[in-house]
Amino acid sequence: MEQLLQQVASGLANGAIYACLALALVMIFVSTDHINFAQGELSMFSAYLVWQLIQWGLNFWLALAIVAFVSFLIGVMVERVILRPLHSAPVLSIVVVFIGLLAIFHSLAGAIWGHTIKDFPSPFPNIAFAGSGYIGPHQIGMILVTIALLVALFSFFRFTPLGLAMRAAAQNPASARLAGIRVDWMLALGWGLAAAIGAVAGSLVAPVVYLEPNMMASILLYGFAGALVGGIASPGGAVVGGFIVGVLENLIAYLGNLLEKTTGVYIIGNGEKLTVALIIVITVLTLKPSGLFGHVTVKRV
Amino acid sequence: MVALLEVEDLKAFYGQTQALHGVTFSLQPGGITTLLGANGAGKTTTLRAICNMVRTVGAIRFDGRPIEGLATEEIVRCGVGHVPEGRGTFTNMSVDENLRVAAYTRSDKAGVERDREMVYEYFPILKARLAQQAGTLSGGEQQMLAISRALMLGPRLMLLDEPSFGLAPLIVQEIFRIMRRINGEAKVGMLLVEQNAALALELADHAYVLETGRIVMSGKASDVKSNEAIRKSYLGY
Ligand SMILES: Nc1ncnc2c1ncn2[C@@H]1O[C@H](COP(=O)(O)OP(=O)(O)OP(=O)(O)O)[C@@H](O)[C@H]1O
Ligand SMILES: [Mg+2]
Repeated sequence: MEQLLQQVASGLANGAIYACLALALVMIFVSTDHINFAQGELSMFSAYLVWQLIQWGLNFWLALAIVAFVSFLIGVMVERVILRPLHSAPVLSIVVVFIGLLAIFHSLAGAIWGHTIKDFPSPFPNIAFAGSGYIGPHQIGMILVTIALLVALFSFFRFTPLGLAMRAAAQNPASARLAGIRVDWMLALGWGLAAAIGAVAGSLVAPVVYLEPNMMASILLYGFAGALVGGIASPGGAVVGGFIVGVLENLIAYLGNLLEKTTGVYIIGNGEKLTVALIIVITVLTLKPSGLFGHVTVKRV
Repeated sequence: MVALLEVEDLKAFYGQTQALHGVTFSLQPGGITTLLGANGAGKTTTLRAICNMVRTVGAIRFDGRPIEGLATEEIVRCGVGHVPEGRGTFTNMSVDENLRVAAYTRSDKAGVERDREMVYEYFPILKARLAQQAGTLSGGEQQMLAISRALMLGPRLMLLDEPSFGLAPLIVQEIFRIMRRINGEAKVGMLLVEQNAALALELADHAYVLETGRIVMSGKASDVKSNEAIRKSYLGY
């Protein structure tokens, strides 16, 4: 029982990171219909920047705030400078550009900081508390930060004029233009926000997986899984999807281990976690192609 | 007096096909001009061309200022409220959010508040539907919302693309009555595209008739209305 709870708790913590990445993917998808394959490397690069600032003596949170802002600018630049000229290009060219971006950030990080694994300090105090047997302070921190991020984004999109304009631009660009909204800038802003969210995700996961240029490779896949499960067009869904994937992969591996212990039959275990995640995705997409929380628009004709 | 809108030798293209072949007309401040014509005549294209939503060649002046080549959103910001074909409401958003998006470009809070009240006064039903998703409104309510959205911009010119389309006669009458009030009270010039010529000529003071991308007839609305020969040959009634 205790082990089960532990698995759920750590699943939630991993899920928080998947949720953050899924959120970043959704942010770009809803405004541009593109899936940003370079999201993981961008997050990794941001995590390195945070690490560098910490090395120079800054406090983690201050470093993260600065890097989130810098990442925001990088995201805006990527959209304005690299993707803007490709607006009417075929999807395949855009995919190639994403892969190019991925390679660039990957080798840039390797060239600047090297390929050796670096320790990354957790920003959360390492204190004991009730229930700390099940879940560590860093894991609780990841969950809380993710939820805070979601609440902030939700309020932004619901209540601020700019957030509303971004939603309008994503939903119906032609109508948004007729409301005087500078749609192109809204897309760039979406990219900026995604990059900033990615910076948070990268810096939170770095203490867990350690800092190295490949750190996000498999995590991005889980992020995709979360986004697809929850609904790639729904920010709230992506977060829930991230948590679902995080918990399910742990639970299934746990049950597999249990089965092996009791019967000696090995079907599934820790090694197959990624496979489990992909099976979850395929199952959900087959049963409900728009994702669990995908938008169903009510239209009256 | 400077014309509110002047269009000169306007040509419009969809890819290789040319939809407008040199259209020229103008619109006086505060007036209502109607653009009539059969299906495919180029009415919608003319409105889209004014807002740079289709590839165009030609001169367009709004209040004496050339606007051709400006981006759609910049033209809108000059004070052109376009109520597009198909209404263009944000169907996934609530009525309230639609109206807030419409006022996005404005910084005068008091003015926005006043215009809100004005919209509620014209279309009380919208006030009762504020929290409802726009996609679930009836056709008439959606058209009212579309007009209100253009109004919330604080425009000096409204481009209206077949506001009567698909609506019951009573609703159409109601909407046209409000359009006349908007024109008079908010001092908004209107360029009204209609297939329902009889209806449009009631409201408008000036009329142009389009045929396959060319203006074939123009004149005072009252003249066009009373001239049976014109009506028979161009408007088919
Ligand atoms: N997106 C498009 N691509 C290609 N051709 C188009 C497009 N839209 C319109 N056209 C063509 O341009 C011409 C004018 O169309 P337009 O929509 O302006 O007509 P309209 O007068 O508004 O007609 P309706 O009364 O049916 O709305 C038509 O021949 C039409 O086929
Ligand atoms: Mg039309």
